[in-house]
Amino acid sequence: MQIYLPIADLPVNIFLLFGMGLAVGFISGMFGIGGGFLMTPLLIFIGILPAVAVATVTSHITASSASSAISYWRRKSIDIPLALMLLIGGIAGTVGGVWVFSLLRSADLLDLVIALSYVILLMTVGGLMISESVRAMLRSYQGHPVVLRRPGSHTWLHGLPFKFRFKRSKIYVSAIPVIGIGLIIGFLGSLMGIGGGFLLVPMLIYFLRVPTATVIGTSTVLTLVTMASATVMHAATNQLVDALLALILMVGGVIGAQFGARAGQNMKAERLRFLLGLLVLGVGIRFAIDILVQPAELFSIRAVGEGG
Amino acid sequence: MKTLASLTTGLFLLSGATASAERLITSLSSHQVLVSSSFTGTELVLFGAIESDAGTTPRKTGYNIIVTVAGAPQQLVVRRKDRIAGIWTNAESNTFLGAPTYLSVLSNKPLDEIAPAETLRRLDIGPNLIPRMHVAAGIESGEETFRDALIRLRKQRHLYIDDPAGVTFITPNLFRASIRLPAESPVGIYDVDVRLFADSQNIARASSAIEVVKVGIEQFIVTAARDHGILYGLFTTLMALLTGWFASIVFRRD
Repeated sequence: MQIYLPIADLPVNIFLLFGMGLAVGFISGMFGIGGGFLMTPLLIFIGILPAVAVATVTSHITASSASSAISYWRRKSIDIPLALMLLIGGIAGTVGGVWVFSLLRSADLLDLVIALSYVILLMTVGGLMISESVRAMLRSYQGHPVVLRRPGSHTWLHGLPFKFRFKRSKIYVSAIPVIGIGLIIGFLGSLMGIGGGFLLVPMLIYFLRVPTATVIGTSTVLTLVTMASATVMHAATNQLVDALLALILMVGGVIGAQFGARAGQNMKAERLRFLLGLLVLGVGIRFAIDILVQPAELFSIRAVGEGG
Repeated sequence: MKTLASLTTGLFLLSGATASAERLITSLSSHQVLVSSSFTGTELVLFGAIESDAGTTPRKTGYNIIVTVAGAPQQLVVRRKDRIAGIWTNAESNTFLGAPTYLSVLSNKPLDEIAPAETLRRLDIGPNLIPRMHVAAGIESGEETFRDALIRLRKQRHLYIDDPAGVTFITPNLFRASIRLPAESPVGIYDVDVRLFADSQNIARASSAIEVVKVGIEQFIVTAARDHGILYGLFTTLMALLTGWFASIVFRRD
């Protein structure tokens, strides 16, 4: 059944969209991520303008992170003061991201920057994830116990001033890296249409030593609030959020996430990280091919005053 | 357009002067098309009759009809990708100031058999409605021009239609044409221009219009997004939060 997407200005099969929502939801539930880095490229690959894809996916991630934030809240695994401090940076980063997005769009550089950012970010992160998880798997095959870096060990980040104690996470860290991480995630999230969970969780673990008990719940809160504010800002400045598209995606997404979460429970953590790394790297490579290989269609048309 | 209008009046006067006036009468099956979310395109039928007086001298070659349906002119940017530093990205672009959003050219035989290209160009008929550009420097001959690309891409989306068999004569003086509007038809007023040709000359003209209107939830969304951006964003966010909240209740496992 074809449905006409009002803002994307394109007729698309409603079942295809719903299926994409389900599939991305399944994967995000399995790995405990928002899935924006998969959904935005998928929308671009089916012909939706990158600008509309990015703006719309922010609201899709809002829905999926809202549902997981609520369940982490019930389990009391959210460090609220830490989340609030991350949000100071997160909101500022979102404002900056939407501002740069509008600038690039008026300079006609947005599509290129989105593609390049995906290539660089996803290939780097995917590569790191794969090598880290392969080493972890090798160690466990050789019989050594899997040891992540010992929590409590100090890095230069712990020498910074403005230290705060976060009771629920049992950490004592400077506000600077906390706000800095929020800033990066908010900026990249609103510019690239990703929740940033796959970046945020490793950052919180490795830089701030946030324990596994609170890391995902807390990161979900940051994702939820930055993506919700990115939706409002994108709608207010660029008018590119397609509510109909978002609704179809998010309904599929939250359903798929439930099944994904069940599938992910029985898998080893390093194997999950390895698979996620492959996926992240794969999307990055796909974007790289898109901009390195001569496209079949060189010309494109854009009506002035339309999205793009 | 002023020159066109005066030209047409001139033609009418001319044909009136020779006392061999044919009159063209047309009727559309509908003047309004409502586009909703489930709109998958439609087809309108145009009927036309050629009335001739008793004194009309018979035409040697019979009558020919060209129907041009054109959506409102729009500013279109056509961009071409080029390899810059190893990366394929949009490089050159050309802006077409008055390209119609939709263009359908229907006739009962190929245009070049109806009238010489020069005549059609003078009357702004058919593909001549798409503005011509000076070919940008650097484009070698043999390469596709921006205008060709514009036409080709629009044809792919069925927004430009070229049908030399789109007009059918039922009797020598009665014809019908079917105007196809695709799912993506942009909103606006479409001018329907019907031209009667005989002996390679335009001897009569009739005009009409179709209005394409978006209705329902889709139009509501477009208007809301454009006119009340912040409210629309808040509403979309609220919808997302409710979806997430609803899911967490439905799928609650503890």
